[in-house]
Amino acid sequence: MSTTNRPRIKLPDSAKTGEIIEIKTVIAHVMETGLRKDANGRVVPRDIINTFTAAFAGQPVFKATLHPATSANPFIHFTMRVPGPGEFEFVWTDDAGVKTTEKAKLNVI
Amino acid sequence: MPTCPEERHRLEDGLRLTVIKRRDVLIGAAAAATFHVSFAALVASASAQDKPATGDLDAALKAIMGDAKPADGRIGMELPEIAENGNTVPYTLTVESPMTEADFVKAIHILATGNLQTGIASFNFTPASGKAFVSGRMRLARSQEIVTVAELSNGKFLLGRRSVKVTIGGCGG
Repeated sequence: MSTTNRPRIKLPDSAKTGEIIEIKTVIAHVMETGLRKDANGRVVPRDIINTFTAAFAGQPVFKATLHPATSANPFIHFTMRVPGPGEFEFVWTDDAGVKTTEKAKLNVI
Repeated sequence: MPTCPEERHRLEDGLRLTVIKRRDVLIGAAAAATFHVSFAALVASASAQDKPATGDLDAALKAIMGDAKPADGRIGMELPEIAENGNTVPYTLTVESPMTEADFVKAIHILATGNLQTGIASFNFTPASGKAFVSGRMRLARSQEIVTVAELSNGKFLLGRRSVKVTIGGCGG
C-alpha cells in the first residue's frame, strides 16, 4: 500500500542568477523497511521511495538514492546555484514504481 | 500523606531515590557475579552485538570506492550526539568544494555500522548544485558510528566518521 500524496516544496520567495539557494522537500510516505512483522508474524513487504531527482530547466541538479534507513515521510534539503529563470521538476519513485512529479517555478529577479 | 503538592513531590522523589539506589546495588551485584562466572561469554556477546547482523561496512565501502584509499576530513557531519528517537535522526552533510566543472563532489554516501542494512542513502551532485550539501532524516536501530564517503570528480574519496547515541532504536527494533 502506497500512501504517496502531494509533496511539499519550500523555495526562496525570489532568487538572483548565480545565487546559491536552498530547496526543502518533503513527501508523505510510509517508507516501510521490509524488516518489520505484522501482528500475525508475516513480514510487511518493503515499500519505500527509492529515488528522488531534482532538475531545473531540464538540467539535473541533484539525485538521492534512499534505502530503508531513511525515515518515514522523507525530508530532503539541498542546494542549487541559480543558472537563470526556470522551473524545477522533482520526481519521487517508490518500490511499486509509482512516480510522483511536482513542478515549481523559481522567481528569478 | 502531606497535602502540599510540593512536599509530596519531594517525599516521592526521596522514595524513588532509595528504590533506585537499592536496585542499582542489586544489579551491580548480579553483574559482578556474571562477570566473575563467565567473563568470556560476556565479551563474546558484546562483540557479536557490535557487528551488524547483515550488511558489512567493508563490503559497502569497497562497492563505493573499489581499492582507492580515502583521505580523512573535509566532510562536515552534523549529527545529534544523543538521538532520543532512532526513527528520525536528523543529519546534515557538507563537503568543502568549489563545485565547478573541474572540481566538484560527485556523490556523498551515508552508511550505518549498526543497522541491519549498511546503506542509509546516497546523494549525487552536479556543479549546478552550487554546494555539496544535503540534509535529511534517518533511522538508526541503536547507538553506532555513522560513516560518510564523499566521491570527488577527480576520482578521490574522502571519509568521515561520527558516533551517535540512540536512546530508543528505530527500524522496528
